[in-house]
Amino acid sequence: MLRRTIPMLILASAGLLLIVAKFSPFTVSWQETVLGWFNILAAVAFVLGAGNLLAVNLEQISSRRPGWAYAAITLFAFAVTLVVGMFKVGAVPNGMHPDIHLAGAHDVPQAPFGWIYDYMLVPLTSTMFAMLAFYVASAAFRAFRAKNIEAILLLGTAFIILLSQTAAGMFLTGWIPEDSVFSFLRLDVMKRGITEHVQTAGMRAITIGIALGVAATSLRLIFGIDKSYLSKT
Amino acid sequence: MTTKNTEQTPDGMRGFFVRLGRLDRRWIFLAMGLSIAVPILLKLRFPEVPGPMARATFDSIESLPDGSRVLLSFDFDPASKAELQPMANALVHHCASKGHKIVFMALWPLGKQMADQAIKEVLLEYHGDKYEYGTDYVQLGFKAGNEGVIKVLTTNVAEAYPTDASGAAASGLPLIADVRDLGSFDLVSTVSAGYPGAKEWVQYGRESMKPEARLTSGSTGVQASQLFPYYPAQLNGLLVAVKGAAEYETLVTEKYPVDRNSERLEQGRIRMGPQLVAHLLMIALIVLGNIAMIASRGTQGGAR
Repeated sequence: MLRRTIPMLILASAGLLLIVAKFSPFTVSWQETVLGWFNILAAVAFVLGAGNLLAVNLEQISSRRPGWAYAAITLFAFAVTLVVGMFKVGAVPNGMHPDIHLAGAHDVPQAPFGWIYDYMLVPLTSTMFAMLAFYVASAAFRAFRAKNIEAILLLGTAFIILLSQTAAGMFLTGWIPEDSVFSFLRLDVMKRGITEHVQTAGMRAITIGIALGVAATSLRLIFGIDKSYLSKT
Repeated sequence: MTTKNTEQTPDGMRGFFVRLGRLDRRWIFLAMGLSIAVPILLKLRFPEVPGPMARATFDSIESLPDGSRVLLSFDFDPASKAELQPMANALVHHCASKGHKIVFMALWPLGKQMADQAIKEVLLEYHGDKYEYGTDYVQLGFKAGNEGVIKVLTTNVAEAYPTDASGAAASGLPLIADVRDLGSFDLVSTVSAGYPGAKEWVQYGRESMKPEARLTSGSTGVQASQLFPYYPAQLNGLLVAVKGAAEYETLVTEKYPVDRNSERLEQGRIRMGPQLVAHLLMIALIVLGNIAMIASRGTQGGAR
Protein backbone atom coordinates (compact mmCIF):
# COMPACT_ATOMS: atom_id res chain seq x y z
CA MET A 1 0.00 0.00 0.00
CA LEU A 2 2.60 2.56 1.14
CA ARG A 3 5.12 1.52 -1.45
CA ARG A 4 2.78 1.46 -4.44
CA THR A 5 -0.48 3.33 -3.89
CA ILE A 6 0.87 6.53 -2.35
CA PRO A 7 3.56 7.11 -5.03
CA MET A 8 0.91 6.47 -7.69
CA LEU A 9 -1.44 8.99 -6.06
CA ILE A 10 1.32 11.61 -5.82
CA LEU A 11 2.25 11.10 -9.47
CA ALA A 12 -1.35 11.15 -10.69
CA SER A 13 -2.33 14.25 -8.72
CA ALA A 14 0.84 16.16 -9.66
CA GLY A 15 0.47 15.25 -13.33
CA LEU A 16 -3.22 16.15 -13.52
CA LEU A 17 -2.76 19.39 -11.57
CA LEU A 18 -0.02 20.56 -13.91
CA ILE A 19 -2.13 19.77 -16.96
CA VAL A 20 -5.00 21.78 -15.46
CA ALA A 21 -2.58 24.58 -14.49
CA LYS A 22 -1.55 24.91 -18.11
CA PHE A 23 -5.08 25.64 -19.29
CA SER A 24 -6.68 27.48 -16.37
CA PRO A 25 -5.64 31.07 -15.52
CA PHE A 26 -6.73 30.50 -11.88
CA THR A 27 -4.16 27.80 -11.36
CA VAL A 28 -1.30 29.20 -13.38
CA SER A 29 0.67 30.10 -10.24
CA TRP A 30 0.81 26.40 -9.33
CA GLN A 31 3.66 26.10 -11.82
CA GLU A 32 5.70 28.40 -9.59
CA THR A 33 4.91 26.27 -6.54
CA VAL A 34 5.94 23.15 -8.41
CA LEU A 35 9.26 24.78 -9.38
CA GLY A 36 9.87 25.28 -5.65
CA TRP A 37 9.20 21.57 -5.07
CA PHE A 38 11.49 20.73 -7.97
CA ASN A 39 14.32 22.79 -6.49
CA ILE A 40 13.91 21.06 -3.10
CA LEU A 41 13.93 17.62 -4.76
CA ALA A 42 16.93 18.62 -6.89
CA ALA A 43 18.80 19.69 -3.75
CA VAL A 44 18.05 16.32 -2.14
CA ALA A 45 19.16 14.61 -5.35
CA PHE A 46 22.48 16.49 -5.15
CA VAL A 47 23.02 15.05 -1.65
CA LEU A 48 22.11 11.56 -2.86
CA GLY A 49 24.41 12.00 -5.84
CA ALA A 50 27.27 13.08 -3.60
CA GLY A 51 26.66 10.10 -1.32
CA ASN A 52 26.69 7.76 -4.29
CA LEU A 53 29.89 9.34 -5.61
CA LEU A 54 31.56 8.77 -2.24
CA ALA A 55 30.31 5.19 -1.92
CA VAL A 56 31.40 4.13 -5.42
CA ASN A 57 34.84 5.75 -5.27
CA LEU A 58 35.64 4.75 -1.69
CA GLU A 59 34.76 1.15 -2.54
CA GLN A 60 37.07 1.33 -5.58
CA ILE A 61 39.92 2.69 -3.45
CA SER A 62 39.49 0.21 -0.59
CA SER A 63 39.42 -2.78 -2.95
CA ARG A 64 42.44 -1.41 -4.90
CA ARG A 65 40.69 -2.08 -8.19
CA PRO A 66 42.51 -0.93 -11.38
CA GLY A 67 42.21 2.84 -11.69
CA TRP A 68 41.73 3.38 -7.95
CA ALA A 69 44.11 6.35 -8.11
CA TYR A 70 41.62 8.14 -10.39
CA ALA A 71 38.94 7.53 -7.78
CA ALA A 72 41.20 9.10 -5.14
CA ILE A 73 41.80 12.15 -7.36
CA THR A 74 38.05 12.44 -7.97
CA LEU A 75 37.30 12.41 -4.24
CA PHE A 76 40.10 14.88 -3.50
CA ALA A 77 38.85 17.31 -6.17
CA PHE A 78 35.28 16.85 -4.96
CA ALA A 79 36.20 17.56 -1.34
CA VAL A 80 38.31 20.63 -2.14
CA THR A 81 35.68 22.15 -4.43
CA LEU A 82 32.90 21.43 -1.95
CA VAL A 83 34.72 23.00 1.00
CA VAL A 84 35.99 26.02 -0.93
CA GLY A 85 32.57 26.66 -2.46
CA MET A 86 30.36 25.90 0.54
CA PHE A 87 32.38 27.90 3.07
CA LYS A 88 33.34 30.59 0.55
CA VAL A 89 37.02 30.23 1.40
CA GLY A 90 38.90 33.45 0.57
CA ALA A 91 35.72 35.19 -0.65
CA VAL A 92 36.03 38.83 -1.65
CA PRO A 93 34.24 40.87 1.06
CA ASN A 94 30.86 42.34 0.18
CA GLY A 95 31.01 46.15 0.04
CA MET A 96 27.70 46.51 1.89
CA HIS A 97 28.44 43.88 4.55
CA PRO A 98 32.25 43.64 4.82
CA ASP A 99 32.06 41.98 8.26
CA ILE A 100 29.88 39.09 7.12
CA HIS A 101 32.15 36.52 5.50
CA LEU A 102 29.38 34.51 3.82
CA ALA A 103 28.06 37.66 2.11
CA GLY A 104 31.28 37.90 0.07
CA ALA A 105 31.67 36.89 -3.56
CA HIS A 106 33.39 33.53 -4.02
CA ASP A 107 32.92 32.93 -7.76
CA VAL A 108 35.07 35.86 -8.89
CA PRO A 109 38.56 35.52 -10.44
CA GLN A 110 40.20 36.85 -7.25
CA ALA A 111 38.83 34.09 -4.98
CA PRO A 112 39.98 30.43 -4.69
CA PHE A 113 36.69 29.16 -6.10
CA GLY A 114 37.29 31.39 -9.13
CA TRP A 115 40.80 29.93 -9.44
CA ILE A 116 39.36 26.41 -9.52
CA TYR A 117 37.00 27.55 -12.27
CA ASP A 118 39.57 29.48 -14.30
CA TYR A 119 42.59 27.20 -13.95
CA MET A 120 41.04 23.75 -13.53
CA LEU A 121 37.51 23.48 -14.86
CA VAL A 122 37.83 25.63 -17.99
CA PRO A 123 41.07 24.04 -19.28
CA LEU A 124 39.92 20.50 -18.43
CA THR A 125 36.50 20.72 -20.08
CA SER A 126 37.92 22.56 -23.09
CA THR A 127 40.57 19.87 -23.48
CA MET A 128 38.01 17.09 -23.31
CA PHE A 129 35.92 18.79 -26.00
CA ALA A 130 38.95 19.54 -28.21
CA MET A 131 40.08 15.90 -28.09
CA LEU A 132 36.96 15.00 -30.07
CA ALA A 133 38.64 16.45 -33.18
CA PHE A 134 41.41 13.85 -32.97
CA TYR A 135 39.10 10.92 -32.39
CA VAL A 136 36.71 12.02 -35.14
CA ALA A 137 39.63 12.29 -37.58
CA SER A 138 40.83 8.81 -36.67
CA ALA A 139 37.31 7.40 -36.95
CA ALA A 140 36.79 9.12 -40.32
CA PHE A 141 39.89 7.38 -41.68
CA ARG A 142 39.03 3.94 -40.35
CA ALA A 143 35.26 3.67 -40.27
CA PHE A 144 33.74 6.06 -42.82
CA ARG A 145 33.64 3.57 -45.70
CA ALA A 146 31.51 3.62 -48.85
CA LYS A 147 30.36 0.03 -48.51
CA ASN A 148 26.77 0.44 -49.71
CA ILE A 149 24.35 3.02 -51.16
CA GLU A 150 23.38 4.41 -47.73
CA ALA A 151 27.03 4.90 -46.78
CA ILE A 152 27.74 6.60 -50.14
CA LEU A 153 24.84 9.01 -49.56
CA LEU A 154 26.17 9.72 -46.07
CA LEU A 155 29.65 10.34 -47.45
CA GLY A 156 28.37 12.70 -50.16
CA THR A 157 26.37 14.65 -47.60
CA ALA A 158 29.37 14.84 -45.29
CA PHE A 159 31.57 16.24 -48.08
CA ILE A 160 29.01 18.91 -48.95
CA ILE A 161 28.54 19.98 -45.32
CA LEU A 162 32.27 19.87 -44.50
CA LEU A 163 33.16 22.03 -47.50
CA SER A 164 30.24 24.45 -47.23
CA GLN A 165 30.97 25.10 -43.54
CA THR A 166 34.25 26.74 -44.56
CA ALA A 167 35.49 29.32 -47.04
CA ALA A 168 36.27 26.41 -49.39
CA GLY A 169 32.58 26.24 -50.29
CA MET A 170 32.54 29.77 -51.66
CA PHE A 171 36.00 29.37 -53.23
CA LEU A 172 34.99 26.27 -55.18
CA THR A 173 31.46 27.17 -56.28
CA GLY A 174 30.87 30.79 -55.28
CA TRP A 175 31.51 31.89 -58.86
CA ILE A 176 28.26 30.25 -60.03
CA PRO A 177 25.63 33.03 -60.17
CA GLU A 178 22.90 32.56 -57.58
CA ASP A 179 20.19 33.34 -60.15
CA SER A 180 21.44 30.95 -62.83
CA VAL A 181 19.95 27.54 -63.62
CA PHE A 182 23.15 25.97 -62.29
CA SER A 183 22.87 27.61 -58.88
CA PHE A 184 21.93 24.23 -57.41
CA LEU A 185 25.59 23.26 -57.89
CA ARG A 186 26.72 25.88 -55.41
CA LEU A 187 27.81 24.20 -52.18
CA ASP A 188 26.00 26.73 -49.99
CA VAL A 189 22.78 26.10 -51.94
CA MET A 190 23.24 22.34 -51.62
CA LYS A 191 23.85 22.68 -47.88
CA ARG A 192 20.73 24.79 -47.52
CA GLY A 193 18.75 22.20 -49.45
CA ILE A 194 20.02 19.41 -47.21
CA THR A 195 19.41 21.24 -43.93
CA GLU A 196 16.12 22.91 -44.80
CA HIS A 197 14.45 20.01 -46.56
CA VAL A 198 16.02 16.63 -45.92
CA GLN A 199 17.30 17.17 -42.40
CA THR A 200 14.39 19.29 -41.20
CA ALA A 201 11.81 16.84 -42.56
CA GLY A 202 13.53 13.95 -40.78
CA MET A 203 13.93 15.90 -37.58
CA ARG A 204 10.26 16.97 -37.61
CA ALA A 205 9.19 13.37 -37.93
CA ILE A 206 11.44 12.35 -35.04
CA THR A 207 10.26 15.28 -32.90
CA ILE A 208 6.59 14.55 -33.49
CA GLY A 209 7.20 10.87 -32.79
CA ILE A 210 8.98 11.66 -29.53
CA ALA A 211 6.22 14.08 -28.48
CA LEU A 212 3.52 11.48 -29.11
CA GLY A 213 5.57 8.90 -27.22
CA VAL A 214 6.08 11.25 -24.26
CA ALA A 215 2.37 12.11 -24.17
CA ALA A 216 1.36 8.44 -24.31
CA THR A 217 3.89 7.42 -21.64
CA SER A 218 2.86 10.32 -19.39
CA LEU A 219 -0.82 9.38 -19.62
CA ARG A 220 0.01 5.74 -18.88
CA LEU A 221 1.93 6.85 -15.77
CA ILE A 222 -0.71 9.34 -14.61
CA PHE A 223 -3.56 6.84 -14.94
CA GLY A 224 -1.60 4.05 -13.30
CA ILE A 225 -1.41 1.80 -16.36
CA ASP A 226 2.40 1.81 -16.36
CA LYS A 227 3.74 0.91 -12.92
CA SER A 228 7.26 -0.02 -13.95
CA TYR A 229 8.76 2.87 -11.96
CA LEU A 230 7.44 1.41 -8.68
CA SER A 231 9.30 -0.94 -6.39
CA LYS A 232 8.32 -4.56 -6.96
CA THR A 233 8.55 -5.43 -3.28
CA MET B 1 55.42 5.28 -34.00
CA THR B 2 56.02 2.35 -36.25
CA THR B 3 53.67 0.87 -38.78
CA LYS B 4 53.21 -2.84 -38.25
CA ASN B 5 53.20 -4.79 -41.45
CA THR B 6 52.97 -8.41 -40.47
CA GLU B 7 50.61 -9.38 -43.32
CA GLN B 8 51.74 -10.01 -46.87
CA THR B 9 51.09 -6.90 -48.93
CA PRO B 10 50.99 -6.43 -52.72
CA ASP B 11 53.71 -4.43 -54.47
CA GLY B 12 53.47 -1.01 -56.13
CA MET B 13 50.82 1.61 -55.63
CA ARG B 14 48.29 -0.93 -54.37
CA GLY B 15 50.69 -2.06 -51.72
CA PHE B 16 51.27 1.53 -50.68
CA PHE B 17 47.54 2.06 -50.10
CA VAL B 18 47.21 -1.26 -48.30
CA ARG B 19 49.99 -0.19 -45.91
CA LEU B 20 48.34 3.23 -45.62
CA GLY B 21 45.22 1.50 -44.36
CA ARG B 22 47.27 0.16 -41.45
CA LEU B 23 48.59 3.61 -40.57
CA ASP B 24 49.15 4.12 -36.88
CA ARG B 25 46.48 6.42 -35.52
CA ARG B 26 49.08 8.68 -33.91
CA TRP B 27 50.09 9.94 -37.37
CA ILE B 28 46.47 11.00 -37.84
CA PHE B 29 46.48 12.74 -34.47
CA LEU B 30 49.68 14.54 -35.47
CA ALA B 31 48.18 15.62 -38.79
CA MET B 32 45.05 16.92 -37.06
CA GLY B 33 47.13 18.77 -34.47
CA LEU B 34 49.20 20.44 -37.19
CA SER B 35 46.14 21.28 -39.28
CA ILE B 36 44.76 23.21 -36.31
CA ALA B 37 48.00 24.67 -34.92
CA VAL B 38 49.54 25.94 -38.16
CA PRO B 39 46.55 28.09 -39.26
CA ILE B 40 46.34 29.50 -35.73
CA LEU B 41 50.03 30.41 -35.71
CA LEU B 42 49.88 31.81 -39.26
CA LYS B 43 46.64 33.65 -38.40
CA LEU B 44 44.94 32.39 -41.55
CA ARG B 45 41.81 34.42 -42.27
CA PHE B 46 39.20 34.02 -44.98
CA PRO B 47 36.35 36.28 -46.08
CA GLU B 48 32.90 35.30 -44.79
CA VAL B 49 29.72 35.65 -46.81
CA PRO B 50 26.78 35.87 -44.37
CA GLY B 51 24.05 33.31 -44.99
CA PRO B 52 20.30 33.77 -44.53
CA MET B 53 20.23 32.50 -40.93
CA ALA B 54 22.93 34.91 -39.79
CA ARG B 55 21.18 37.73 -41.63
CA ALA B 56 17.87 36.84 -39.99
CA THR B 57 19.51 36.96 -36.55
CA PHE B 58 21.13 40.29 -37.35
CA ASP B 59 17.87 41.74 -38.69
CA SER B 60 15.90 40.53 -35.65
CA ILE B 61 18.07 42.61 -33.34
CA GLU B 62 18.67 45.44 -35.76
CA SER B 63 14.97 46.02 -36.40
CA LEU B 64 14.15 46.54 -32.71
CA PRO B 65 13.77 50.16 -31.62
CA ASP B 66 16.88 51.50 -29.87
CA GLY B 67 16.76 50.92 -26.13
CA SER B 68 14.54 47.82 -26.28
CA ARG B 69 14.61 45.43 -23.34
CA VAL B 70 16.29 42.15 -24.25
CA LEU B 71 16.90 38.91 -22.36
CA LEU B 72 20.11 37.00 -23.13
CA SER B 73 20.29 33.47 -21.76
CA PHE B 74 23.74 31.89 -21.62
CA ASP B 75 22.95 28.20 -21.73
CA PHE B 76 26.40 26.71 -22.17
CA ASP B 77 29.59 26.01 -20.24
CA PRO B 78 33.35 26.04 -20.86
CA ALA B 79 33.22 22.78 -22.84
CA SER B 80 31.39 24.64 -25.64
CA LYS B 81 33.06 27.97 -25.05
CA ALA B 82 35.30 27.75 -28.13
CA GLU B 83 32.26 27.29 -30.33
CA LEU B 84 29.75 29.59 -28.65
CA GLN B 85 31.55 32.44 -26.89
CA PRO B 86 32.37 34.23 -30.20
CA MET B 87 28.70 34.50 -31.15
CA ALA B 88 27.79 35.48 -27.57
CA ASN B 89 30.32 38.31 -27.70
CA ALA B 90 29.02 39.51 -31.07
CA LEU B 91 25.46 39.32 -29.76
CA VAL B 92 26.27 41.46 -26.72
CA HIS B 93 28.16 43.97 -28.87
CA HIS B 94 25.24 44.18 -31.29
CA CYS B 95 22.66 44.71 -28.55
CA ALA B 96 24.83 47.29 -26.80
CA SER B 97 25.54 49.15 -30.05
CA LYS B 98 21.78 49.52 -30.46
CA GLY B 99 21.49 50.75 -26.88
CA HIS B 100 19.27 47.84 -25.85
CA LYS B 101 18.77 47.25 -22.13
CA ILE B 102 20.22 43.82 -21.47
CA VAL B 103 19.17 41.26 -18.86
CA PHE B 104 21.60 38.32 -18.57
CA MET B 105 20.60 34.93 -17.18
CA ALA B 106 21.68 31.28 -17.41
CA LEU B 107 19.99 27.89 -17.38
CA TRP B 108 23.37 26.15 -17.08
CA PRO B 109 25.33 26.33 -13.81
CA LEU B 110 28.42 27.75 -15.50
CA GLY B 111 26.50 29.94 -17.92
CA LYS B 112 26.75 32.80 -15.46
CA GLN B 113 30.54 32.79 -15.80
CA MET B 114 30.20 32.79 -19.58
CA ALA B 115 27.93 35.83 -19.35
CA ASP B 116 30.33 37.51 -16.91
CA GLN B 117 33.08 37.15 -19.48
CA ALA B 118 30.97 38.73 -22.23
CA ILE B 119 30.02 41.56 -19.88
CA LYS B 120 33.63 42.23 -18.95
CA GLU B 121 35.28 41.75 -22.34
CA VAL B 122 32.62 43.27 -24.58
CA LEU B 123 29.91 45.21 -22.79
CA LEU B 124 32.15 47.12 -20.38
CA GLU B 125 35.15 47.18 -22.74
CA TYR B 126 33.36 48.84 -25.67
CA HIS B 127 30.23 50.31 -24.10
CA GLY B 128 31.20 50.83 -20.46
CA ASP B 129 30.74 54.59 -20.72
CA LYS B 130 27.01 54.30 -21.42
CA TYR B 131 26.11 51.09 -19.58
CA GLU B 132 25.35 51.31 -15.88
CA TYR B 133 24.50 48.27 -13.78
CA GLY B 134 20.87 48.12 -12.71
CA THR B 135 19.53 50.60 -15.23
CA ASP B 136 21.13 49.46 -18.50
CA TYR B 137 22.08 45.87 -17.75
CA VAL B 138 21.48 43.28 -15.06
CA GLN B 139 23.11 39.92 -14.38
CA LEU B 140 20.52 37.53 -12.94
CA GLY B 141 22.84 34.54 -13.02
CA PHE B 142 22.03 30.84 -12.91
CA LYS B 143 18.78 29.38 -11.68
CA ALA B 144 18.28 25.64 -11.19
CA GLY B 145 15.16 24.05 -12.66
CA ASN B 146 15.87 23.67 -16.38
CA GLU B 147 12.70 24.27 -18.41
CA GLY B 148 10.84 24.84 -15.12
CA VAL B 149 12.63 28.19 -14.87
CA ILE B 150 11.34 29.17 -18.32
CA LYS B 151 7.82 28.15 -17.31
CA VAL B 152 7.96 30.39 -14.25
CA LEU B 153 9.41 33.26 -16.30
CA THR B 154 6.33 33.08 -18.50
CA THR B 155 4.17 34.11 -15.54
CA ASN B 156 6.38 35.67 -12.88
CA VAL B 157 10.00 36.73 -13.34
CA ALA B 158 10.30 37.85 -9.71
CA GLU B 159 9.36 34.36 -8.53
CA ALA B 160 12.24 32.83 -10.47
CA TYR B 161 14.67 35.64 -9.76
CA PRO B 162 13.86 37.54 -6.54
CA THR B 163 17.49 38.74 -6.55
CA ASP B 164 20.23 39.29 -9.10
CA ALA B 165 23.40 37.18 -9.18
CA SER B 166 25.06 39.25 -6.45
CA GLY B 167 22.08 38.90 -4.13
CA ALA B 168 20.68 42.42 -4.60
CA ALA B 169 16.86 42.59 -4.56
CA ALA B 170 15.45 42.64 -8.10
CA SER B 171 12.86 45.18 -6.98
CA GLY B 172 15.70 47.66 -6.41
CA LEU B 173 17.04 47.36 -9.95
CA PRO B 174 15.18 49.79 -12.24
CA LEU B 175 15.69 47.69 -15.38
CA ILE B 176 13.75 44.71 -14.03
CA ALA B 177 11.72 46.25 -11.21
CA ASP B 178 8.63 46.50 -13.44
CA VAL B 179 9.20 43.30 -15.38
CA ARG B 180 6.28 40.95 -14.89
CA ASP B 181 6.94 38.09 -17.29
CA LEU B 182 8.51 37.19 -20.62
CA GLY B 183 6.03 39.50 -22.34
CA SER B 184 8.09 42.42 -20.99
CA PHE B 185 10.97 41.60 -23.34
CA ASP B 186 11.26 42.61 -26.99
CA LEU B 187 13.85 39.96 -27.70
CA VAL B 188 14.90 36.73 -26.07
CA SER B 189 18.14 35.24 -27.31
CA THR B 190 19.71 32.04 -26.08
CA VAL B 191 23.23 30.84 -26.77
CA SER B 192 22.73 27.17 -26.25
CA ALA B 193 24.83 24.01 -26.11
CA GLY B 194 22.06 21.49 -25.42
CA TYR B 195 19.54 20.77 -22.68
CA PRO B 196 18.17 23.02 -21.31
CA GLY B 197 18.51 25.51 -24.11
CA ALA B 198 17.07 26.76 -27.37
CA LYS B 199 14.59 23.91 -27.81
CA GLU B 200 13.12 24.50 -24.35
CA TRP B 201 12.91 28.26 -24.97
CA VAL B 202 10.86 27.54 -28.10
CA GLN B 203 8.66 24.93 -26.44
CA TYR B 204 7.95 26.72 -23.17
CA GLY B 205 8.81 30.38 -23.66
CA ARG B 206 7.80 31.35 -27.19
CA GLU B 207 4.04 31.39 -26.73
CA SER B 208 4.28 33.74 -23.73
CA MET B 209 6.27 36.37 -25.57
CA LYS B 210 4.68 39.34 -27.30
CA PRO B 211 3.64 38.42 -30.87
CA GLU B 212 5.99 41.02 -32.30
CA ALA B 213 8.89 40.01 -30.01
CA ARG B 214 11.78 38.01 -31.44
CA LEU B 215 13.35 34.78 -30.28
CA THR B 216 16.79 33.94 -31.65
CA SER B 217 19.35 31.30 -30.85
CA GLY B 218 22.98 30.47 -31.31
CA SER B 219 23.80 26.81 -31.08
CA THR B 220 26.52 24.23 -31.44
CA GLY B 221 26.76 22.39 -34.74
CA VAL B 222 25.76 19.12 -33.06
CA GLN B 223 22.55 20.60 -31.64
CA ALA B 224 21.56 22.56 -34.73
CA SER B 225 19.67 19.73 -36.43
CA GLN B 226 17.17 19.75 -33.54
CA LEU B 227 16.54 23.45 -34.09
CA PHE B 228 16.13 23.63 -37.87
CA PRO B 229 12.41 22.67 -37.65
CA TYR B 230 11.77 25.80 -35.56
CA TYR B 231 13.40 28.23 -37.99
CA PRO B 232 12.07 30.70 -39.13
CA ALA B 233 8.55 30.38 -37.65
CA GLN B 234 9.35 30.05 -33.95
CA LEU B 235 13.04 30.96 -34.03
CA ASN B 236 13.47 34.24 -35.87
CA GLY B 237 17.20 33.76 -36.20
CA LEU B 238 19.62 30.88 -35.80
CA LEU B 239 23.42 30.93 -35.64
CA VAL B 240 25.00 27.55 -36.18
CA ALA B 241 28.45 26.82 -34.76
CA VAL B 242 31.61 28.78 -35.52
CA LYS B 243 30.51 29.37 -39.11
CA GLY B 244 27.34 31.10 -37.93
CA ALA B 245 29.35 33.13 -35.43
CA ALA B 246 31.81 34.22 -38.13
CA GLU B 247 29.01 35.28 -40.47
CA TYR B 248 27.20 37.17 -37.72
CA GLU B 249 30.42 38.83 -36.55
CA THR B 250 30.99 40.04 -40.10
CA LEU B 251 27.56 41.67 -40.21
CA VAL B 252 27.87 43.21 -36.74
CA THR B 253 31.40 44.60 -37.04
CA GLU B 254 30.75 45.98 -40.54
CA LYS B 255 27.86 48.00 -39.12
CA TYR B 256 29.35 48.69 -35.67
CA PRO B 257 33.15 48.63 -35.89
CA VAL B 258 35.25 49.03 -32.76
CA ASP B 259 38.42 51.10 -32.44
CA ARG B 260 40.44 48.86 -30.06
CA ASN B 261 40.97 45.19 -29.24
CA SER B 262 38.94 44.29 -32.32
CA GLU B 263 40.19 40.68 -32.14
CA ARG B 264 37.67 40.03 -29.37
CA LEU B 265 34.93 40.45 -31.93
CA GLU B 266 36.72 38.42 -34.59
CA GLN B 267 37.06 35.14 -32.71
CA GLY B 268 34.59 33.33 -34.96
CA ARG B 269 36.46 34.39 -38.10
CA ILE B 270 39.82 33.57 -36.49
CA ARG B 271 38.55 30.04 -35.78
CA MET B 272 37.43 29.55 -39.38
CA GLY B 273 41.06 29.20 -40.57
CA PRO B 274 41.77 26.06 -38.51
CA GLN B 275 38.27 24.78 -39.32
CA LEU B 276 38.93 25.02 -43.07
CA VAL B 277 42.20 23.09 -42.89
CA ALA B 278 40.78 20.53 -40.44
CA HIS B 279 37.75 19.92 -42.66
CA LEU B 280 39.97 19.47 -45.72
CA LEU B 281 42.07 17.00 -43.74
CA MET B 282 38.93 15.10 -42.75
CA ILE B 283 37.87 14.84 -46.40
CA ALA B 284 41.36 13.69 -47.39
CA LEU B 285 41.34 11.06 -44.61
CA ILE B 286 37.94 9.74 -45.67
CA VAL B 287 39.04 9.50 -49.32
CA LEU B 288 42.35 7.84 -48.42
CA GLY B 289 40.60 5.45 -46.03
CA ASN B 290 38.25 4.35 -48.79
CA ILE B 291 41.05 3.93 -51.32
CA ALA B 292 42.92 1.83 -48.75
CA MET B 293 39.77 -0.26 -48.21
CA ILE B 294 39.45 -0.90 -51.96
CA ALA B 295 43.16 -1.66 -52.30
CA SER B 296 43.11 -4.10 -49.41
CA ARG B 297 40.28 -6.21 -50.81
CA GLY B 298 41.50 -9.72 -51.23
CA THR B 299 44.39 -9.23 -48.82
CA GLN B 300 44.51 -10.15 -45.16
CA GLY B 301 44.73 -7.54 -42.40
CA GLY B 302 43.62 -3.92 -42.83
CA ALA B 303 43.21 -0.81 -40.80
CA ARG B 304 43.74 -1.22 -37.13
